[in-house]
Amino acid sequence: MGAEEILCQLRDVVFGQGLAVLATTGCTTPYANLMAFAAAEDLRRLWFATPRATRKYANLRTDSRVALLIDNRANDIRDFDRAVAVTAVGRAVELAGTDADGPREQCLARHPQLADFLASPSCALFELRVAKYIVVSSFQHVSEVPMA
Amino acid sequence: MNLSRDIQQVEPRDGARFGGKALALANLCRRGFPLPETMCISVDAYWQFVRSAGLRERILLELHRKHFGDMRWEEIWDAALRIRSFFLRAPFPPVLAKELSTRLGECFGQRPVAVRASVPEEDNGKASFVGLHDSFLNVQGARAMLDRIRLVWASLWSDRALLYRQELGLDIERSAMAVVVQAMVAGDRSGVALSRDPQNARQAVVEAVYGLNEGLADGTVEPDRWLLDRRTGRVVAHHPPVRRQYAVRPVGTGTALRPLAKELADQPPLSAEQTRQVWNLARQAEQECGSPRDLEWTYREDQLFALQCRPATVLAPDDERSWYLNLKRSYGNLRQLHARITGELIPEMAAVAAALASVALADLPPALLADELRKRRVAVDHWRQVYRHAFIPFAHGVRLFAQVYNDMVKPQNPYEFLSLLADTGLWSVRRNQALQRLAHQANREGGALAALASDRLDRAPASFRLAVEGFLAEFGSMFDRLGIGEMRERHLADLLREFGRHPVRVPNASRRDLVAAFVGSFPATDRERANDLLELARTSYRLRDDDNLHLGQIEAELARAVRLARERLRLILGDRAASVPEEIIPLLLRDARETAVLPEPTTVAPPTSGQGESHPVAARQLVGEPAGPGLVSGVARVLTSPADFFSFQGGEILVCDTIDPNLSFVVPLAAGIVESQGGMLIHGAIIAWEYGLPCVTGIADATKLIPDGARVTVDGYLGSVTVETPPAQSPAAS
Repeated sequence: MGAEEILCQLRDVVFGQGLAVLATTGCTTPYANLMAFAAAEDLRRLWFATPRATRKYANLRTDSRVALLIDNRANDIRDFDRAVAVTAVGRAVELAGTDADGPREQCLARHPQLADFLASPSCALFELRVAKYIVVSSFQHVSEVPMA
Repeated sequence: MNLSRDIQQVEPRDGARFGGKALALANLCRRGFPLPETMCISVDAYWQFVRSAGLRERILLELHRKHFGDMRWEEIWDAALRIRSFFLRAPFPPVLAKELSTRLGECFGQRPVAVRASVPEEDNGKASFVGLHDSFLNVQGARAMLDRIRLVWASLWSDRALLYRQELGLDIERSAMAVVVQAMVAGDRSGVALSRDPQNARQAVVEAVYGLNEGLADGTVEPDRWLLDRRTGRVVAHHPPVRRQYAVRPVGTGTALRPLAKELADQPPLSAEQTRQVWNLARQAEQECGSPRDLEWTYREDQLFALQCRPATVLAPDDERSWYLNLKRSYGNLRQLHARITGELIPEMAAVAAALASVALADLPPALLADELRKRRVAVDHWRQVYRHAFIPFAHGVRLFAQVYNDMVKPQNPYEFLSLLADTGLWSVRRNQALQRLAHQANREGGALAALASDRLDRAPASFRLAVEGFLAEFGSMFDRLGIGEMRERHLADLLREFGRHPVRVPNASRRDLVAAFVGSFPATDRERANDLLELARTSYRLRDDDNLHLGQIEAELARAVRLARERLRLILGDRAASVPEEIIPLLLRDARETAVLPEPTTVAPPTSGQGESHPVAARQLVGEPAGPGLVSGVARVLTSPADFFSFQGGEILVCDTIDPNLSFVVPLAAGIVESQGGMLIHGAIIAWEYGLPCVTGIADATKLIPDGARVTVDGYLGSVTVETPPAQSPAAS
């Protein structure tokens, strides 16, 4: 599988999906959540929001290292052949002030239904600065795309 | 749901459940054609079997190891072999087994039957997929019938079917296989009839052999062939063959060839009246079905039976795929081929190579060198064709053995059969053993290697000098074939140094326990046949590895002439001589003035992606085919040119596009092998198996994706290679 095809798969999944599974650590126990997210055009940054009174927020404040799994499975037999899973690995940084304006717009454009959620003072906006993507296709083909 | 029906109960609307073959036979039955007793098993039975064993998911995974378009035929065969193994080892759901065996017992008892594939896609009566799926003859008893039925189901995913997957519309979610079980008619004369000759629309064809049809179908028994005028039924031509053998139903299973009695060999299998009767049957079938038919028939004591009836269409013309289908040979056919290869072709090739080698090319004037070049090109082209049409089909005899072995032994590892083929005296293994002996000798005799490396063999101890000369006399042509003949002493010294420095693997011995289990799996009456088949497979396996060396000698002679011609052209053209196409060289040699107008070679820039921002992509885990069981980690050594192989160091993981037999001296030094070329029967896989090395083949672009010097893990069980990222490149977050 060529580099261009892998990059194509990466973009298709990242821009084609609205939800992903965020893995955090923090308080010694691994934790995972389904999250809405949006992506920067250059793939170097991903954004997601979370209420502050959550376990994942606490985790993120304790340890900023995260993994975000994005996939396009259809939950049928063809998944083993057709599904592509992308894991973004990097550090999540909470955005504040004017730094958050652009990313918030991006999230709203992708998920307009989250307008109230994103506007809430109790909601924190995070930027995942991607160190690398791990792209898995055809069940076992694994490639790494460094972003740093 | 009723899973089976007598042929009389199959109706025109049942094609999707019982397949095209059942539908065609039911049509003939309704119209009063003479048929043997026939039972049809619907696709629902296939679905029950496949679903209960989770085979859909396993087939899907198997077929997506890599893009189908990137798979070589050998890889497709490997995938089909693994899928067949799934079917062989999957348990029959008890309820399904009970229902089918009860019905088969009621219908046929202990009478022998033929078990045939019936594909729903053929039910439109227009398409025909002859030879893509399996049929089995002379099967007795419900248990044996169930075993054969599962193999007919497996043949939905045969290598031939996978090649024609688009025409067949093969789809894991929709495709299924029905089965026709038919009482065997022990015909004394059999054949096929085409109601319209594909070559001449005004004629029909009748072909006939003595005994059963099997010899005709697999090409081992040549038939009598009649051409008839379709309008009048008059015989236009009769082409009698040399009649030697006929196929019979033996006591055990399958069919066997017997010599034909002289009184039968002297007369055609059909009288004029019988030929006309067969033609009439085919003609009526065409009238009933509305299009030309390909009818399989048999006579038993003057009673004519129709056995199969399909549309007289041929698969889409495609020379390459037709050639591949032709590689599937019967035991009898392989025996004939073996006799021709060893008795006729190899001696002839050796003589041709020797004659070419004896020509003193350097003494030839330009015009004669040009003639010699053309002559050698003709010889190479000729022998490549011979290689394609005789050597490769014979080498694929291993496939026949693999299938029989897996059918009889049902091993967990579908490649276990390879363990019975080890230690056959491969040329490359003999060469490696000679290298090892020479390395030991060099270690014992001080100064030997230094003398060899500095081209001063005359200064080496006499015994070592003699041993080296003996080695070069027997195996030295490998350096010429690699185009490094001038440096052969230096390369040999590098190699011996490495052989002497590291422990070298020794080849596996043939597994006597497995041989005994294989032969013992046959009934006592068939054990001689089992031994014969194993012997044929061992010969086929050895030739698979060695035969290209014979062709290689002739190709090396062409290369020698081209090299010399280029050297002469270099005097006129300078460096441009190296890029002159071979076919132009003779012209330039004859008329040196033309060299003045030789155009400068044009270079084409590599295409760009045309995309915006790009990112580097690094392989982490690559999937190919498991070609040698084992798990090993080590440093990857990526080899891209023959000279690289001489710097390979013991204990490294060999990564290359393909291993030429001339280069496989590195294998006993390697810890594992990764190859771009795929398939279990390629040289690299054969030799890795021989030495018991973890091996993964069929990873496209392995030499580009795996960095030289990277630490990798080769998983020869699952067929994957993991590239371990150097710590310096690890991102903080990983």
